[in-house]
Amino acid sequence: MLKIENLHARVEGKSILKGLTLTVNPGEVHAIMGPNGAGKSTLGNVLSGRDGYEVTEGSVSFEGRDLLALEPEERAAAGVFLALQYPVEIPGVNNTYFLRAALNAQRKQRGEAELDSMQFLKLVREKLKIMQISDELLHRAVNEGFSGGEKKRNEIFQMAVLEPRLAILDETDSGLDIDALKQVAQGVNALRSAERSFLMITHYQRLLHYIEPDFVHVLADGRIVESGDKSLALKLEEHGYAWVNERSPAGAQA
Amino acid sequence: MSEPARTPFVASLPEAEALARLPGSGVAWLDAARRENLDAFAAAGLPDTRVEAWKYTALRALAQRRFAHRDAQAATRAVDAAALALPGVDGPRLVFVNGAFRADLSSLAALPASLSLRPLSQALGEDAEGLRFALSHRYREAGDAFARLNAALAGDGVVLRVAAGKAIARPVHLLFAGAPAEGDLAWHLRTIVELEEGAELALVEHHVSLGAQKQLATVVSDVVLRDGARLDYAIVQDAAEDATLIRRSQLRLGARAQAAMHVQELGGALVRHDLRAELAGDEARLATHGVFALHGRQHVDTQLAVRHAALNTASESIWRGVADQRSRGVFRGAIVVAEGADGSDASLSSKNLLLSALAEIDTKPELEIYADEVKAAHGATVGQLDERALFYLRSRGIPHAEARAMLTAAFCRAVLQAMPNEALREHVSQLLLAHLPAE
Repeated sequence: MLKIENLHARVEGKSILKGLTLTVNPGEVHAIMGPNGAGKSTLGNVLSGRDGYEVTEGSVSFEGRDLLALEPEERAAAGVFLALQYPVEIPGVNNTYFLRAALNAQRKQRGEAELDSMQFLKLVREKLKIMQISDELLHRAVNEGFSGGEKKRNEIFQMAVLEPRLAILDETDSGLDIDALKQVAQGVNALRSAERSFLMITHYQRLLHYIEPDFVHVLADGRIVESGDKSLALKLEEHGYAWVNERSPAGAQA
Repeated sequence: MSEPARTPFVASLPEAEALARLPGSGVAWLDAARRENLDAFAAAGLPDTRVEAWKYTALRALAQRRFAHRDAQAATRAVDAAALALPGVDGPRLVFVNGAFRADLSSLAALPASLSLRPLSQALGEDAEGLRFALSHRYREAGDAFARLNAALAGDGVVLRVAAGKAIARPVHLLFAGAPAEGDLAWHLRTIVELEEGAELALVEHHVSLGAQKQLATVVSDVVLRDGARLDYAIVQDAAEDATLIRRSQLRLGARAQAAMHVQELGGALVRHDLRAELAGDEARLATHGVFALHGRQHVDTQLAVRHAALNTASESIWRGVADQRSRGVFRGAIVVAEGADGSDASLSSKNLLLSALAEIDTKPELEIYADEVKAAHGATVGQLDERALFYLRSRGIPHAEARAMLTAAFCRAVLQAMPNEALREHVSQLLLAHLPAE
């Protein structure tokens, strides 16, 4: 589904990703862990097409397409979703209006019929139920005045409505108390399926107690230095990232 | 010292004898006022940018043009009536095409008894004396050039009066249309509106284009609200893209009178609006909401001046500006709280959005307070679209142009939301977005 090969990327002239290789198959949940500054968020931003990230080498293919050649909106329509670490507040744009515009824009790009307001409302009600979210969020402006937990839940709710093929969760656990974390995890788990893949970017393994990954990768200095199953996360918790640094092959980056 | 050379603009003015062709000619005080204003205009010409009121709006190019101040075919030009309609505005209608009243396009049958609505040309014939106060004005300020020109050459316009204590149910539609004509044409209209004690009216002033043209139009409006009167006044300016449109609106509010203004500046190449309001009676209240959305090389200049001159008056002004491509917006908002106008409450917000590196917006709020116990707040900003918000929308699948439009509309929402006429509000929102290019 997603094939990242030898990805190098720069931000403001500074090399951040230095040869990252990763393959994600349908239905798999991958966790990307790593210390601050390892390039975790850069990976999410490069995959979703944010401005300011320059890919200097390597390739990313998504379901056989060159993902890096697509505009952000085209990536979304292709089925890539990025849950932001810091969801943006957009005063004056109603949450429901925004979500319907997004869904219909994606459907239009895919050559599917747009949903009318009745059809959309029905869909939203179903998803609210699954996510256990009150419809009060719908009537407000996008993320405006939302608490940290509400913002993250709104991201997951958007994901539920947009039904991406690949969801990238960028530090979705940061800033959440344990109850909010559980709610978010519950939402994500409800969306797991054999066709949908997840890339969870996180600093702490806390989230992985609630969303069990199939694979865990450790990102350090712009490359994946260690891969394993969920037990790798437990080792990290025990030993800290210093343990990874000791194990990362010195001078491997030429 | 030698006289400055007469600009082509001044040289092409009609001779004094031509004033005799205007409606109302022969009324001695009116003839005198017209002649005096024409002479004053010819002597001073158009102001340059050294005149403070015209600091940001250069008239050099206009001064080099020659205009005919009368369209001989105005009464017979073909007009597509559909272009004149506005959703939500279905009341009496007065239509002017290239400055001439068009009875055939207007809708003045079955006016309510409490509403008097006539073209100025007709009112001058019936009761010139009743218009003397408004029409005998001499404009003396250096920045008043167009008011002088209008006072000299306006032969038609609107005379509207609502009887005391009466509410007019349906909005009155004033239509100022520019139709393609041969050569450079200028036309001038004068509007006189009076709401007597406790009267209520919804008024829509609508500037519309009937095809590409480069006309100069001036409109001077006097609006008087007697004690307790209420006015909802929308101005939808959607003139031709090469048009020059200069307007002055003067409002005077008596005790407990309430006026709400909604101004949308969309069309025109060179547009100037002087909006002056005087809160003359105790507890008068004024709200002005305005927005301009510019593209191409449009230049739109709004000069808002609100004067609190009585006790416990309130004014709220919310303005938004959006400039794309190489356009330029100018907004000056001046609030004066006069001596003795204690208990005044004034606020002014001017927020502006630049959609292009080549666009420019100059905004200047001014506050002068000479009274006690006054509440006053003002603020002005010029910024750009939030790149983070733009990416957020795109990352959810919304294409770039649509995302830009969505954020721009959200930016203007605070202004548009204030319009009580829902159908008109919806229409104007769409117009506004249509005026911003999709890059």
